[in-house]
Amino acid sequence: MWKGDYIFFLESMVMKDFKIRYRNMSLGVFWSLLNPLILMAVMTFVFTVLTPNNTIQYFPLFVLCGLVPYNFFSVAWNSGTVSITNNAGLIKRVPVPREVVPISTVLAACIHLLIQIGLLLAVTLVYGRGINWNWLYLPVVWALAVVFVCGIVLVTSALDVYIRDIRYVVESFVTVLFWSVPIFYYPSAEISQRFSYVFDYNPITALIFALRSILIDGHAPPFSLLAKFALVSLGMFGIGWFVFGRLKSRFFDYL
Amino acid sequence: MNVIEFSQVWKSFHRAAEQQLLRHYIVDLFDGADSNPFYALKDITFKIGEGECVGVVGSNGAGKSTLLSLVTGLAPPNRGEVKVKGRVAALLELGAGFHPDLTGRENVILNASLMGFKRKEAMNLYEPIVDFAEMADFMDEPLRTYSSGMKLRLGFAVAINLNPDVLIIDEILAVGDQAFQAKCTEKILEIKKAGKTILCVSHNGSTIQSLCDRALWLDHGQLMMDGRSSEVVPAYEGRRAASHA
Repeated sequence: MWKGDYIFFLESMVMKDFKIRYRNMSLGVFWSLLNPLILMAVMTFVFTVLTPNNTIQYFPLFVLCGLVPYNFFSVAWNSGTVSITNNAGLIKRVPVPREVVPISTVLAACIHLLIQIGLLLAVTLVYGRGINWNWLYLPVVWALAVVFVCGIVLVTSALDVYIRDIRYVVESFVTVLFWSVPIFYYPSAEISQRFSYVFDYNPITALIFALRSILIDGHAPPFSLLAKFALVSLGMFGIGWFVFGRLKSRFFDYL
Repeated sequence: MNVIEFSQVWKSFHRAAEQQLLRHYIVDLFDGADSNPFYALKDITFKIGEGECVGVVGSNGAGKSTLLSLVTGLAPPNRGEVKVKGRVAALLELGAGFHPDLTGRENVILNASLMGFKRKEAMNLYEPIVDFAEMADFMDEPLRTYSSGMKLRLGFAVAINLNPDVLIIDEILAVGDQAFQAKCTEKILEIKKAGKTILCVSHNGSTIQSLCDRALWLDHGQLMMDGRSSEVVPAYEGRRAASHA
């Protein structure tokens, strides 16, 4: 069995992912900044200039609070889902702990996330929404989001080994998410009541609401939101760990 | 003390393993999956003690690679039990995880981490590894600029420096030019002298006979013979010659 150094291995895998993504690009890490900035500009143009009956304040910041979490979920989930199948060479030849492969992919996406969070905080300051004590909630909500993504990626990456269609299911799902989580709109009380099952236990929505309340309103996120968010994230991680543990022993035969 | 122990080990592969599209999967579910398994290993039992140097011979498809995947812990057996003690280094993992866009140095460190080195070991062994591969001048170049021989040499250098308790060699002595091959053989003999356990797999009987004292002969997943390599190898080669005639 494998008796190596988990942390060293995890770190090497994360750095590998990060390096190979940027090595051959002249703009390098700037792509992490450019992509959300462009989307933010386009959406601001569409929703404040083309359709000007918009009452949301600080619209660019409002949109960015949705885009940054969504980008992270979409990149981490998509790349995490194919991580085992893409690393078949590794899985078939070295008895490394399999969990490390999808989790390292998620953590590599976290490096981009950090850059984008930096951008988000910068834009917050530009709009004059200063630093407040509730910023201390930021690491908590981001950590919960990362835990959630690790959980869901453990499930889909393991399933993708057995059923290669899973990656396309995930891709389609991520596209639907763009519209079903409130990135560029604010659900009215009536709507969020009617679709409460869509909004309440959706960790991406929870993260977006929490960010807006911390960064734009300067309030702490409501406790009920944090509680549901934590419940879903930790639950998802538990499920992911269990499912992955059950499926990993036959990866070798199916890759 | 036994380092490797196989007791009544069976390993199957189900034949539909290539069909991973959803519709195949659903069809399989209704058919009752694995109605027709293919056994790569059938009822294998043997023990290898500490310091033994054992060869495994057999023609293509005899189950040699499957046997190695069980020893390295890549796959669990379907039935029976596999016990392995200590750190296993398999020279079939040469360059696992190598990526063409990373430099030689980055690849060595990554490869070392997944071969099971601790961080400190990897840093300390980096120089000896590069020296052994004789590639100090190229370590900051991306791997895609290397020749295939250079990649193999680098992979071999990492694996051989792991200082394993069990060394697994899979048809590997064809790495690099003759001088490098001689160096590899010398290193393997050194490991053997140090009292480490070696498992060497080949379809070439003479390699096995010159390196190993004991040999196992696999044929279509069955253990045909287990004994002194000077007896097993001629038997295997006699059988092979007979089947070709």
